[in-house]
Amino acid sequence: MIIKHLAKCGIMHFFIGTSIFWTATLLPNFSWAQTDTTKINQLKDVQINQLRLSKQHLSPTPLQVLSGLELQRLNSLSIADAVRYFSGVQVKDYGGIAGLKTINVRSMGSNHTAVFYDGVQLGNAQNGQVDLGKYTLDNIDELSLTSGQRAELLQPAKAFASASSLFIKTKVPSFNNKLQNFSADVKGGSFGLANVSALYEQKLRKNLALFVNAAFLNANGKYKYRYTNGYYDTTVVRTNADIYSYRLEGGVHGRAGQEGQWYVKVYQYQSERGIPGAIVSNKFDFSQRQWDDNIFVQTHYEHKLSNRYSLSLYAKYANDYTRYNDPTIKSDKGALNNIYKQQEMYFSFANVYRVADPLYFSFSSDYSFQTLDANLEYFAYPSRNTGLFVLAGKYVQKRFEFQANVLATLITEKVKTFSAAGNRVEYTPTTMFSWQPFQTPNFRLKGFYKSIFRMPTFNDLYYTFIGNTNLRPEYTKQYDLGFNYNTHVLAGTLKNFSIQTDVYYNQVKDKIVAVPTLNLFRWTMLNLDAVSIKGLETNIKALWLIDRFELITNLNYTFEKALDVTKTGFTYRNQIPYIPVHSGSFTSSLAYTHYSLNYSFIYTGERYSQKANIPVNYVKPYYTHDVSINANFGKLKNYKVTAEINNLFNQYYDVVLNYPMPGRNFRFTISTKI
Amino acid sequence: MKNTKFILCLSCVVLSMASCRKDDSFIPEDQEQLPAEPSVELAGFYLLNEANMGSNKSSLDYYDFNSGNYRKNIYSQANPNATLGLGDVGNDIKIYGSRLYVVVNMSDKVEVLAAKTAKRIGQINIPNCRYITFYKSKAYITAYDGYVSVVDTASLKEEKQIAVGKQPEEMAIVGTKLYVANSGGYNYPNYERTVSVIDLNTLSETKRIDVAINLHRLKADQYGDLYVTSRGDYYNIPSNLFVIDTKTDQVKKTFNLAASNIAIDKDEAYLYSVEWNNNTGSNAISYAKINVKDETIISKSFITDGTDQSIVIPYGIAVNPVNSDVYVTDAKDYVSPGTLYCFDKAGKKKFSVTTGDIPAHLVFLNK
Repeated sequence: MIIKHLAKCGIMHFFIGTSIFWTATLLPNFSWAQTDTTKINQLKDVQINQLRLSKQHLSPTPLQVLSGLELQRLNSLSIADAVRYFSGVQVKDYGGIAGLKTINVRSMGSNHTAVFYDGVQLGNAQNGQVDLGKYTLDNIDELSLTSGQRAELLQPAKAFASASSLFIKTKVPSFNNKLQNFSADVKGGSFGLANVSALYEQKLRKNLALFVNAAFLNANGKYKYRYTNGYYDTTVVRTNADIYSYRLEGGVHGRAGQEGQWYVKVYQYQSERGIPGAIVSNKFDFSQRQWDDNIFVQTHYEHKLSNRYSLSLYAKYANDYTRYNDPTIKSDKGALNNIYKQQEMYFSFANVYRVADPLYFSFSSDYSFQTLDANLEYFAYPSRNTGLFVLAGKYVQKRFEFQANVLATLITEKVKTFSAAGNRVEYTPTTMFSWQPFQTPNFRLKGFYKSIFRMPTFNDLYYTFIGNTNLRPEYTKQYDLGFNYNTHVLAGTLKNFSIQTDVYYNQVKDKIVAVPTLNLFRWTMLNLDAVSIKGLETNIKALWLIDRFELITNLNYTFEKALDVTKTGFTYRNQIPYIPVHSGSFTSSLAYTHYSLNYSFIYTGERYSQKANIPVNYVKPYYTHDVSINANFGKLKNYKVTAEINNLFNQYYDVVLNYPMPGRNFRFTISTKI
Repeated sequence: MKNTKFILCLSCVVLSMASCRKDDSFIPEDQEQLPAEPSVELAGFYLLNEANMGSNKSSLDYYDFNSGNYRKNIYSQANPNATLGLGDVGNDIKIYGSRLYVVVNMSDKVEVLAAKTAKRIGQINIPNCRYITFYKSKAYITAYDGYVSVVDTASLKEEKQIAVGKQPEEMAIVGTKLYVANSGGYNYPNYERTVSVIDLNTLSETKRIDVAINLHRLKADQYGDLYVTSRGDYYNIPSNLFVIDTKTDQVKKTFNLAASNIAIDKDEAYLYSVEWNNNTGSNAISYAKINVKDETIISKSFITDGTDQSIVIPYGIAVNPVNSDVYVTDAKDYVSPGTLYCFDKAGKKKFSVTTGDIPAHLVFLNK
């Protein structure tokens, strides 16, 4: 009853809120002069939008994309901020700029989403998590999220090997009769934020370009938060939330003839940050710190050798270093100082062959080798060999497409002390279809079935005291059915309109959970839980050209019943922690000549912080409103300024219990492109 | 004009939004009727629920013997003004005089409450505090930084820190000596293996008794003996139970019996053990009853009606000093509400009740 009330209430207010907002903004008559460039730009936007929608429209698996201008207009500093606007997504956010932010798609858990950076997975064999807060948006061209897997054949086996995938695509140099590109932006604002980034691109030869990208970020991370129960009312400043980081990225992009392309890039990220802990009674200050150093080199080569055969190669070496210091835990050796070192080698070869016109076959094979070192007592020093092999087929006609593949996973592990987890061979299938049932291409039905698993992480298996080498993989099964409706209206003000809706049913079994042993400090990992997830997600996009205005709106809504169905558990059929039944977002962007006004709203319904759905575990819904304005200026409109207000109504809330989020905050950006 | 309209509209939005989230309030207590156990001496008992680390959900339950009324989560309603409530991981609870002392480990404090009402009187700040005991108007509190804090119970001010071993745990007083079990938990694999002896007249450590690694519980019986438990190293050295003779300050018996927690009532000691077994991939749980007079094991179980099969993780144990009922708490999976079981002296279940998360420590309130 309460759930229903709150949901209605939230959605209703959201509609009231947004309609009032737009009425208020649109009513007054602006009287700026119309320019031809506006029209041209508008049409370009329409075309780009249409193109992208068509890619989404044809995809048998749910595909959501944020790119270019849209990303810039989203009031987001990091990728974690931006992915909140995808439907079916919960971002676990520990607050502030430096706090850990991970993505959870369709409630299967963050370990089930693979994150790809320019085609190669960002690995973390230690704990399987990718902190999306580490990736700022300044060099990002496109973010796309697929449930199931990307409906492509020519891709690494890893892209077939997770329950959902987030693809991060960085900018690729492009030159319009120029030899160099330079762009830079400077950001500043709340939390003592200073963020500078610059990108330089040089055309070396006709088919060869060099790029260098550097970004520097510094913030004291301080913000006010408030906790009250109506009797006590306390406002405190979040401390030990500072961060200093830089990112350096450089490489070359090349073309091999008309049909081939390649790149080599080097990436380094270094940071030092405070780790603000859980705010509990009598404890508001913390002294834990963390240092990260991530380096990787990766390369890619792709070539369409004939109109029947294409191939793709990837290779990567990654070296990750993390140091964690806790001065409150003192031993004979001084403060607790844990160092973790991970290394990964990765190779991928994929090729696709067209047998007959509607029939394609592909084979992908990946190999990776991962190791983890740590300065812990009783540490196992594990290493893992993973071989992935995918055989896939696709039958594609204008109105019908069908794809199926089977993935074979072979894993062997070694340890220096104690015993290793056993070798493992798994076979998992995926099938998908997309069908245009009527004459009109505007409407398509689609669906997929995928069975996949995630391996226990090194922490799950080998962490001192906690790890359990008897763990089995954690399995998911996904069933999805949906439709896409996409229309391109040429008359009237509405130029594009699309709806993408999916209903899905996911099962997670043998879910790896921490269970207690002797006392609160001693846990172990077990394949214990089962989760049943029934959901609906919908994504409605529209683009209007109203006289001289261009308006893009995007509405997302997710309904999810994610129930704990662990037979041996104590909370059978309770909603699992931190998954709201209702959540959604609305974004809109109004552009006029060189100005744009953006508004975004995020709603996350009530949740429970622990397994039992009882009052002490209740976590209130939250909703944030963000607004930004940007303007291009200068002779060639080469300069842009942006002013953002985030959490406009200063709502105090926790995404993760006792990790307070910032209230109202501001950000200013000046950027240039030469 | 435009601005006015805009602001007006925004205000509407704000107002309509404000009504959407539940009003901020404390979570009221919850009551359940259990069998009454009228007693001449005892008014009731408090049960301290630890709750998971970082959750700040430590809570107090109270059972009234006369009415049989079991009240859950009473702290917030009794003390709505206490910022962020009782705190994070309540680790010990004791009554001294008319006051109830709650040691809240991760909140670095000892809450001082009125024993009859659970209303807040004050607090003592001690980083990483673990256990509390009392002697002549002073409270003695172990702190993981390696000392026992001496606090005046009238002023609630810390008067002295007595250095002991690393990560000291439970204490017991025999005569004028305070015994402290040292664990050295932050120093694994180089655990501490001693019990510190403090002279309560001079307030200084006089000696250390070598026992075994990673000591935890320490309870005195009525014959001047101390029962001390070792957690072992979770690998090769198993948990164990030792007896120290305080006349000689030496270990006089090794039980070779795993023990996580122990409660002593007159001549009988009740204990349970939870040990993770890497071979079976499950917890090995055992119970035992000991005669402390002649230091023998009476039986390998004190629950006789099979209820032990439904206890997932025994986590707390206490014995009613008047009728010798035995209370055992079940922490289940640590992240769900637990259960408190009451057994009579014959080991038959009298009642059970759902508690807060990780029910752990129990203290009886005299009339």
